[in-house]
Amino acid sequence: MNANGGDRVLEVRDLSVSFRTGRGVVRALRHVDMAVPRNKIVGIVGESGCGKSTLINSVLRLLAANAVVGDSSTVLFRGDDVLRMNDRQLRAMRGQKISMVFQDPMTALNPVISIGTQMADILYRLDMTAAGKRERAADMLAQVGIPDPMRRLDDYPHQFSGGMRQRICIAMALMMNPALLIADEPTTALDVTLEAQIIHLMKDLRARFECSMLFVSHNLGLIAELCDEVVVMYAGEVVEQGEVHDLFHRAKHPYTQMLLECDPARIEKASRALPTIQGSVPDLIDLPRGCIFGPRCPKRYEPCDASPPGTYGVNAIHSARCFQVRDA
Amino acid sequence: MAGVTASDAGTPIRRESRLSWLWQLLGDPLGAFGLFLVLVVVVSAAFADVLAPYDYKALDVKARLGAPSWDHLLGTDNLGRDTFSRILHGGQIALYVALVSIGASLMLGLILGMLAGYGPRWLDNFLMWIFDSVRSFPVIMFALAVITVVGPSLETIIFVVIATTTPGYARIARASTLATKNTEFILAERSLGAGVWRIMFSHLVPNIVQPLLILCSMDIPVVITIEAGLSFLGLGVKPPTPSWGSILNDGFGFIRNTPWLVVAGGIPLIVTTLGFTFLGEALRDVLDPKLKKDR
Amino acid sequence: MPELLKADGVRVRFRTSGLVNALLKGIADPYIDAVMRVSFGLRQGETFGLVGESGSGKTTLGRAIIGLARAQEGSIAFEGQELVGLKDAQYRGVRRNIAMMFQDPIASLSPRKTVRNAIAEPFRIHGIAKDLGEEARRLLRLVGLHEGFLGAYPHQLSGGQARRVGVARALALEPRVIIADEPTAGLDVSVQGEILNLMNRLQRELGLSYLIITHNLPVVRHVSDRLAIMYLGRFVETGATKDIFAKPAHPYTLGLLAAVPEPDPDKRRDKLELEGEIPSLMNRPRGCEFHTRCPFAQAKCRETAPEHRKVAEGRWASCHYPFPDPADARPVGPAAA
Repeated sequence: MNANGGDRVLEVRDLSVSFRTGRGVVRALRHVDMAVPRNKIVGIVGESGCGKSTLINSVLRLLAANAVVGDSSTVLFRGDDVLRMNDRQLRAMRGQKISMVFQDPMTALNPVISIGTQMADILYRLDMTAAGKRERAADMLAQVGIPDPMRRLDDYPHQFSGGMRQRICIAMALMMNPALLIADEPTTALDVTLEAQIIHLMKDLRARFECSMLFVSHNLGLIAELCDEVVVMYAGEVVEQGEVHDLFHRAKHPYTQMLLECDPARIEKASRALPTIQGSVPDLIDLPRGCIFGPRCPKRYEPCDASPPGTYGVNAIHSARCFQVRDA
Repeated sequence: MAGVTASDAGTPIRRESRLSWLWQLLGDPLGAFGLFLVLVVVVSAAFADVLAPYDYKALDVKARLGAPSWDHLLGTDNLGRDTFSRILHGGQIALYVALVSIGASLMLGLILGMLAGYGPRWLDNFLMWIFDSVRSFPVIMFALAVITVVGPSLETIIFVVIATTTPGYARIARASTLATKNTEFILAERSLGAGVWRIMFSHLVPNIVQPLLILCSMDIPVVITIEAGLSFLGLGVKPPTPSWGSILNDGFGFIRNTPWLVVAGGIPLIVTTLGFTFLGEALRDVLDPKLKKDR
Repeated sequence: MPELLKADGVRVRFRTSGLVNALLKGIADPYIDAVMRVSFGLRQGETFGLVGESGSGKTTLGRAIIGLARAQEGSIAFEGQELVGLKDAQYRGVRRNIAMMFQDPIASLSPRKTVRNAIAEPFRIHGIAKDLGEEARRLLRLVGLHEGFLGAYPHQLSGGQARRVGVARALALEPRVIIADEPTAGLDVSVQGEILNLMNRLQRELGLSYLIITHNLPVVRHVSDRLAIMYLGRFVETGATKDIFAKPAHPYTLGLLAAVPEPDPDKRRDKLELEGEIPSLMNRPRGCEFHTRCPFAQAKCRETAPEHRKVAEGRWASCHYPFPDPADARPVGPAAA
């Protein structure tokens, strides 16, 4: 594999994905540009229907059969375009170079196969003895904080608690030493103290393994806690992205600002009247003519209704899809 | 209303047509074909009196074992009766047995299954014990035993079918009830104060009946073959009432000289079986959301 | 103010194996205690929060109050009427006064009934003859939903819309108390605020009392007047919400509060407050049940269980060494050494 990915492990350029349905064409992603730099954690945040899962599925090329990807779209993984790979290249990429941690640790593991066997199976491409694979698996379990790993290899998923199972999923994802780890809401199914433990573990692992991560969450607290850069998505578009401090302290896009305002954890003083975002997410079949957030935006002015805004830079890595950034 | 900023509260939603499943069914070639065959069988049986060119009992000894002709479309049998008319009336008998027995099995199975699933543990154990005992009998053996005791008749066949198929329905109804009874909407109904009967008939039935209806459509051809089989053995309907099985049997004795009698008795059986099976499979694809393709 | 709903020493037990089975295997006590002798009162117009992680018994306690789970011991009284031990038929009257909202807004609606039927259902169950169509429209207006939703089925609704239908249904019989199990579960942040504001408005207009069951601490801080923190079926700390958030007295409360990530990259945590996981209900630790995870546990904690005792005005905690002035969040006494 060529090394020309530069310092970006993943680079998504002008990605548009539509789904043909009985009701019409759902334009799920439109002109998405984003990147995961080497050894950085990039967070994707957005509410339901914002296109987070379509983006992940495009990166892994696991889109449904009725999906149509734009002609000018590219998804470069270490310099190679995922959208134009053949099946063999794809399989090699999915298992070895990119791995994934899912939301629900209860269903992500096969209930009838022991943990050790499932973990050793991931290494099937490697030329290693069975004992060597087991040792590697036990070592990974130890890394993610599972006590007595050698003995627990023979246990089945139901013998572990939910938090332990998510740790196992993370260990499995790291088995092949992937270049990119995708974590899709990895703590949503867990209690808050376990969530804190998993996040702690991920920070810890990141210091030890050189791994870039795409971390998808709707929880702003977790994004702030873990990520270096943040991508804010709304209704199929990236509305703002930038360095985590810039984004949390100097958000430019009205949607990002309102999303931050709405989070009850950000509101210092206890209050019965909580802020909300008026209106609802637009129908992705019948898009508004101007800005996608226009109909709900309190700061809307003339240019917003006429045409969709482009992406305007605030600094080298901070940009927002809003006319006010252009006109500022 | 000041202060109410109804976000997604404002937009009324698109109505889904209640008959959308029918269009889906017709969109599936196998389903449409199955529905067509079933309709042909049902219409011809329902209007047998009008469609039949002759009285099915009318003997015409001079014209016995006649070959198919414009007078007798499918020829005549050994007593000179018009085979086409007998097949139309035989369809009536076949469908009557199938619908009555399957309908009764469905009702009985649904109620017993729900009682087993929703009722107390001991009732569940008791009912399951009975179902398992009944199911362990081979159908034909059981039928022969019953017929030996009470004598052959249409009612006997119906009884045998009900007794042997009800446990299957009850088991499915019980499994669906067990899966549904602890869901949140049932808890929500209970928290409102709904009683057992209201929960069972108003909330459980609509959510568990679909797999049973699919099973019905698959079972109808089985019952029709059982009826035909017993009539073929002379243990079904009494002559001169026509049945596809007895037509087959009549033809069987003359198969060397007049093969069309057997063919004429066999074709409706094949058509009905195929029709209901195709329809059942297509219905399952349409109604079972878990098997739904991405649309 | 008088207490509308009062729970005293409530205990809910579930059988873990059949009686015969238990006898054969020699299990002396084939039960687990999901709720272990808890007491609290809910006042008119008040919001009381039950907070805990999964397995803490908060949902079971809510269900015991509305009669979906059976309390084996203790008393639950609504306006002085004892509810523990009532037969199902006798409970019907109670259910006009106490309504429950379930966790999953869509799954708690009967999937094959329209919104209109779902809202009319309470009237049908209680045999109240009214113009059901008119009532359904009135209730939809009350929760801010368009009339066009009357013919919709649950799967056609968004989470927020289904939650509003749930609220409308809970309000149908004009109850005094609403038990809301995770009212914001599965909702986006912006929609979450709308639902909480709606519940708040209805509380003011109709004088409702809420019992909110949740694990979401940021939300409960804004909506509840008083709180109970639950762990393994017991209350470990109770008191006014603002006091508990300002100065937690129990180490578990402190750990819970510290576990919530702050949406501010400047306030990242490097230290983990609570290690380990909740023990199984089948195998409760001896002594203080929290000692296995408590960073401040002492010898006494492993031996004797603490009482739920008063630690300050309006504050109770089940801890031998509660934080006296938890402003600096460090205990005095032996642990400080």
